Amino acid sequence: MIELRDVSKIYQIGEERVRALDHVNLHVYPHEFVSIIGPSGSGKSTLMNIIGCLDTADAGQYLLDGVPIEAYSEYELAQVRNRKIGFVFQSFNLIPKLSAEENVELPLIYQGVKRSERVRRVKEALEKVGLSQRAKHQPTELSGGQQQRVAIARALVTRPSLLLADEPTGNLDSRTSREIMEMFKELHSQGNTIVLITHDNDVAREAKRIIHILDGRLSEVKL
Amino acid sequence: MILSFKMALRSIGANKLRAALTMLGIIIGVMALVVLVSLVSGATGTIGEAIAGLGSNLLTVTVTDDKGSPVRLSDLKSWVDSEPAVAAISPYASATLTGGRGTESDSFTVYGVTPDYYEISSQQLVIGRYLKNTDVDNASRVCVLDENTATEVIGYADCVGQEIRLGGVPYTVVGIIETEETLAARLLMTGLNAYVPYSALIRLSEDVGTNVTTFYIGPSEGYAVLDAEEAMKARLLERFREDENAFRISSQNLIEEAMNNVNSVLTILLGGIAAISLIVGGIGIMNIMLVTVTERTREIGIRKAIGASRGNILVQFLMEAVVLCMLGCALGIFTSWAILRVISVIIASTEMKLPLRTDVVLLSVAFCFLIGVIFGLYPANKAAKMKPIDALHYGG
Ligand SMILES: Nc1ncnc2c1ncn2[C@@H]1O[C@H](COP(=O)(O)OP(=O)(O)O)[C@@H](O)[C@H]1O
Ligand SMILES: [Mg+2]
Repeated sequence: MIELRDVSKIYQIGEERVRALDHVNLHVYPHEFVSIIGPSGSGKSTLMNIIGCLDTADAGQYLLDGVPIEAYSEYELAQVRNRKIGFVFQSFNLIPKLSAEENVELPLIYQGVKRSERVRRVKEALEKVGLSQRAKHQPTELSGGQQQRVAIARALVTRPSLLLADEPTGNLDSRTSREIMEMFKELHSQGNTIVLITHDNDVAREAKRIIHILDGRLSEVKL
Repeated sequence: MILSFKMALRSIGANKLRAALTMLGIIIGVMALVVLVSLVSGATGTIGEAIAGLGSNLLTVTVTDDKGSPVRLSDLKSWVDSEPAVAAISPYASATLTGGRGTESDSFTVYGVTPDYYEISSQQLVIGRYLKNTDVDNASRVCVLDENTATEVIGYADCVGQEIRLGGVPYTVVGIIETEETLAARLLMTGLNAYVPYSALIRLSEDVGTNVTTFYIGPSEGYAVLDAEEAMKARLLERFREDENAFRISSQNLIEEAMNNVNSVLTILLGGIAAISLIVGGIGIMNIMLVTVTERTREIGIRKAIGASRGNILVQFLMEAVVLCMLGCALGIFTSWAILRVISVIIASTEMKLPLRTDVVLLSVAFCFLIGVIFGLYPANKAAKMKPIDALHYGG
């Protein structure tokens, strides 16, 4: 599903060059639940953004479902982000002016789904994360955990084959974190491919496969 | 499309004060365009009507320097007889005199003319007769009134044979003509009018003498106004020793043409001013859209991350700019309409028509749309071009 070959990403800040990713090789197969763990600044988000087609690598090759990412046009990349990938961020990234259901509806609008179908699927996705009661609420009226659940519903509503989560529990207390993790496990059991990033060992352990990242280099942890 | 329209309305609604201030430029621009152009066309329309009402093919000659050989009534007669292109010539003089019936006295405008004036001015006789050549020859004390004057002075229009006093001298009413209904007539010649033989007016007014200084010429049927003008010009040049400055011939057509020129120049000028204010309004919109795009960079990043394409973002922000413009346009048209209504009520007495001109409205709608697109395109494109990752990380 995901194949990274010798991927590097270098940030240039003035004179200084930061090698955020250093010749990374990674293979993620369908229906896997992979967690990537590493300390802050180790390059986790950079890796995730490349996998999520939000950013591009400076060197190396990234194949998504066997197709090199450079082969996609900008429009096709938007489609990939829209249909194939569901993204959950540490900081939720909901649009503040829109209600929970409108936030969830947004990717479907970009997909061109009919209104009746949209309504049905939004309802379904919000039910899945247990937030049907809060559909009309604005993000500011929701707790962190609820916001993250809305974000998960938004990631799920398009039924993406790949779910990417960048420290989804990073801004949550431990109890809500556990709830969110339960949700990911359940999604995995339903057949979703999940890549989860965290700096928390307990969270990482929930996954079937754990990968360490340090200074932009990966190392597999065998259980 | 409908969705992005709704989205645009929402995000405009989210910041009403700012939207209103931004729209102000467009509102004022549209108002300038619609109100000014409507006023100009209303005014010129009525003036044009008035000119047409004066009779479209007459020539006016004004003698400014007679070089010692003034024009007499007999000269006019001989010109009519000898110039095939000229059908009628009437001297034209007016004097303001007191007059009325019995002891009453009002201010009259008394015109000194000859029978030819009837044809030239396209007056319409209602009852009685018009002035005759013998009246002119004898300087008879007869007069023709218009219906309005007759009813004002005598009390009824059918008053042929009645006597009125003009400048203290008794005159017999011999005929009644229709009151001129044009606006110009109302504006310029309201009040009481009497037409008397030119020779009679000489005796009534010190300012009017046997020397004719102003006369009207009507061209013959089958001849163009220009033919008559040329013939008369040749005559007058001969008479006044080839001095072109001794007299002035003007035709109604020239006046009309000049009016039209003034009209189109005015329209272009005002249209230009309005266009400039609309463009200024457009720049205001662009400015605000740039601010909006910067403020919403993160939102753009989120939208892109969940699958919005460049086109989606472009449409979203372009739509917002266009909707902003069109809302301003609608408000501008509405206020223009209100202003025009108020103006029409104020000047209702002059019967100046001030409708909201459809072409101007359509023009301003089209122009606003264009401005929305042109000035919205740059900010929208700026938003659309953002890389998702940069946008997401903007400001945290
Ligand atoms: N946009 C950027 N510009 C410059 N340096 C960056 C940028 N994004 C990340 N970095 C650097 O790359 C390294 C990896 O960052 P990141 O992937 O965000 O780490 P993590 O998510 O593991 O905390 C860090 O040293 C960070 O300072
Ligand atoms: Mg990070």
